[in-house]
Amino acid sequence: MPSSSPTLMLERLGRAAARGLSEFGFAATLLGQALYWLVLGHWRRQPVRAAAVAAQAMDIGIAALPIITVLSTTIGLMLAIQGIYTLKTFGAESRVTLGVALSVVREFAPLITGILVAGRSGSALAARLGTMRINQEIDSLTVMGINPVRFLVAPPLAAMMILMPLLTLWADLVGLFAAGLYIAIELQGSMASYADEVLSLLKLNDLLHGLAKSAIFGVLVTIVGVVNGASVSGGAEGVGRMTTRSVVHAISAIVITDMIFVFLVTR
Amino acid sequence: MSTDPPSVEVINLNTHYGDRQVLKNVSLTVKPGEIFVIMGGSGSGKTTLLNHLLGLLRPSSGTIRILGREINALSALDMQDLRTRMGVAFQSGALFSSMSVGDNIALPLREHTNLDETTIGIVTRLKLEVVSLAGFEHLMPSELSGGMIKRAAFARAIVMDPRLLFCDEPSAGLDPVVASSIDDLILRLRDAMGMSIIVVTHDLDSTFKIADRICVLDQGEVLALDTVDAIRNSPNERIQNLLNRRTEEAEIDPDAYLRRLLGEKEKLRDEPASRRNGL
Repeated sequence: MPSSSPTLMLERLGRAAARGLSEFGFAATLLGQALYWLVLGHWRRQPVRAAAVAAQAMDIGIAALPIITVLSTTIGLMLAIQGIYTLKTFGAESRVTLGVALSVVREFAPLITGILVAGRSGSALAARLGTMRINQEIDSLTVMGINPVRFLVAPPLAAMMILMPLLTLWADLVGLFAAGLYIAIELQGSMASYADEVLSLLKLNDLLHGLAKSAIFGVLVTIVGVVNGASVSGGAEGVGRMTTRSVVHAISAIVITDMIFVFLVTR
Repeated sequence: MSTDPPSVEVINLNTHYGDRQVLKNVSLTVKPGEIFVIMGGSGSGKTTLLNHLLGLLRPSSGTIRILGREINALSALDMQDLRTRMGVAFQSGALFSSMSVGDNIALPLREHTNLDETTIGIVTRLKLEVVSLAGFEHLMPSELSGGMIKRAAFARAIVMDPRLLFCDEPSAGLDPVVASSIDDLILRLRDAMGMSIIVVTHDLDSTFKIADRICVLDQGEVLALDTVDAIRNSPNERIQNLLNRRTEEAEIDPDAYLRRLLGEKEKLRDEPASRRNGL
């Protein structure tokens, strides 16, 4: 019998909610397991190898440096231009450094780094796991007695948690430097006085705020990538679909978590 | 020989995907040093049975003992130990595409032993010699032909000198000559290393060539379990149909037929994949 449409809609809604909840649970389980192997793997004869973490770190971090440099330069310049333009309204251009320094360190550097890494490494992780799943490579790890979470998830997770704050720190420096160049030229000041001003304005707390967020973003990107990769079904098309989904989800998760983090920490 | 525990012992295995029962009361025993073929058409449940033997799925009820250990009651560490004593050659090979053939074969050694790299290199090349792939260790899996991928998968499966080897459809997708050479390889492995080998296949020629005993699965039930000659001469009509490649008329249930035509959905079934734990 065809069900009436409100019941059908309710059923769909319920199923979607249950699916979302189970995906969330899967993500939490994976995170728990990956951390477990990172800490206790050595005693369970399944150590997370430093070489594997280093290889991932190379891939996630060092290879992303050029594009992060370019984009943080752009962001720094853009903020300086907008800042001066806005503050001109009150004739307060000289205060631009405060706005630029705080917004780069607290917000833009972690955000742009997170989004770039989600696009580069999160999607790659999803695609790699998805392909491995449909090729039975994950089953083959399991039957060899190699825990797939320990072998495939823990190394990128560790690499992300270490590399994301470092990349963010780099983005901070580059962004502030680029903004300084523009401000120094535009307001006829010097780089030295700009640097002095930045150092006196920024507190350690601001820096840590950004770096802590970026570590959380690293965890989010890894787990979202892995969950999507592990849920692949339906061949190559499925891999493509889940890869796209992982980028969209990771970026959404980053932006939403950012807002929640700021709300909790700043108020 | 007779005092050794059986390599594999399955007692009254039942399993379901959602409401559908896939395996019904399957019981079988594989003796040490035996080549045991699980045969059946598509959808007979042979892949599901293999996944249970590998510990990738959990049964609804029943007992599975591998090398004398009950796999669904083992601790994670014991299971890990047990897994190092069994090898699996998957249908697609399942070689890690990001690693060279040599690294693929060396992976179990690197992960489970403390051997130094020189020894690992020697063992790896030794196993490649066994499967006639010497000199190919630096190639990537994508550069190999179908038959070579299967051989490399065999090399990886036997690198830890397992006492039990599982092969999923070893001859699927290969031309008859290459398929026959894989059969020879299976026979040679058993003779040289004395391992028990369980082969899941629907290839009749290969079955009769390598098997010591055959288990015929049909719609989730063990239709017959006997030596090659006994299976060949079996009076059972369904077995003869299978052996002579005759198609069977499916029994028609008028009600079900009508329901299908009307496009009414059957009860939602759980995806088999969702029963897997972890990744």
